[in-house]
Amino acid sequence: MGVWDFSVIPKYFTSFLPYAWMTVRVTFFGILIGLGLGLLFGMLRISRFKIVQLPAKFYIWLIRGTPLLLQLLFIYNGLVNVVKIDALPSAFIALGIHNGAYIAEIVRGAIQSIDRGQREAGISLGMTQSQVMQRIVLPQAVKRSIPPLSNQFIIALKDSSLASAITVPELLLHARQMASSNFRMMEMLTIAAIYYLIMTTILTVFANLIEKKMRAGDLKRVV
Amino acid sequence: MKQNEKIIEIKNLNKWFGKLQVLKNIDLTVFQGEVVVIIGASGSGKSTLLRCINFLEKPQKGTITIDGDELTVKTKKLHLVRREVGMVFQHFNLFPHMTVMGNVTEGLTQVKKMDKSDATKIGEKMLDKVGMLDKADTYPSMISGGQKQRVAIARALAMNPKIMLFDEPTSALDPELVGDVLLVMKKLAADGMTMIVVTHEMGFAREVADRIIYMDEGKIVEEGTPEDIYNNPQNERTKEFLSRIL
Repeated sequence: MGVWDFSVIPKYFTSFLPYAWMTVRVTFFGILIGLGLGLLFGMLRISRFKIVQLPAKFYIWLIRGTPLLLQLLFIYNGLVNVVKIDALPSAFIALGIHNGAYIAEIVRGAIQSIDRGQREAGISLGMTQSQVMQRIVLPQAVKRSIPPLSNQFIIALKDSSLASAITVPELLLHARQMASSNFRMMEMLTIAAIYYLIMTTILTVFANLIEKKMRAGDLKRVV
Repeated sequence: MKQNEKIIEIKNLNKWFGKLQVLKNIDLTVFQGEVVVIIGASGSGKSTLLRCINFLEKPQKGTITIDGDELTVKTKKLHLVRREVGMVFQHFNLFPHMTVMGNVTEGLTQVKKMDKSDATKIGEKMLDKVGMLDKADTYPSMISGGQKQRVAIARALAMNPKIMLFDEPTSALDPELVGDVLLVMKKLAADGMTMIVVTHEMGFAREVADRIIYMDEGKIVEEGTPEDIYNNPQNERTKEFLSRIL
């Protein structure tokens, strides 16, 4: 071996498809769980009450301070004596918890970035705190969180490759397994890379579309 | 125009920011239909006093009675009282994600639970009043500062408040845009609205105010009719302030 032969790529390319689908699934559930946790802990983090701030701070500190690979291994292998979780749900949970911590910070940042005057204007109209949150702050915060969120989603997609370490049959694991039988590591990794690029490109285009649509109307400035 | 009915009564109001006392034993009564202009150097506490009246700032001591409702820091349901008090901010604080009409009707549909068509009717009336009806469907980012401020006034007026508070409403505007906003405020005053205005527009104060209050270091140092304050200031600090600003 030793000589790269990219002409084999078409031959193996379609065999990666089901594994790309697995990557999509792991990413999707990782983001979905992450969004739920992120919204919850992001809101708790900025609560007026210290008692609920504390668990949110702890969660973010713990998860951001340890590697995702460790978290995956912890849930799949580490907890085995306590509760046995299969590889795939382990991957969903680990990616979800991991992304949740980052999304919580995105949510917090977006809400806190909304000018104080906006809240005051709502309150002055006689709105309650929760009305101000729902009608005034959140719609603007959601818009502002889309760029950092789409960035996080792309990171989540690529991070899903770490699930190969706990035997989830996704793109990267398949590439390595194929290579160990056909000895074309370089070519197999190239195929996986092409799949990742296609998926991240789709995500980026989609995010740009949403951003553009939400910007329509109200960000053009007239001095 | 002026009736001798108290609409705001502030008693012994004290406010600290940390260790700094920004309001010291403020007593102030405002009557129905009166236009009170508060002047003073920056840091004198005039904006804080205004913001305390609808509890955007929480005073640590004292009471504020608005149209018979006595309020303290502990009062629940402050949002009910705030409906009675319209507020106009220096930086407009329009909601950027809503159209001009959306801004004006937001309080009506959300707070007063009015249905959309009724709210829009009131919205049209209010926008017409401030000369902004033709911009009803545009977003705040598309209009000038002076236009924004007129929309903000319409937004506050839509709630049919008993009192209007203006916190330096023209300070963030280009000079050529100030006139339109002042004109709207003059019309409001002529209509008999009770107004408390913090401003540096001395011409407006002289022309429209029933009473001018001069504040310094958290205290009301002097008050009187525009003639009193302009022609015959009693306090040294007032004299000095006026000589600098006029």
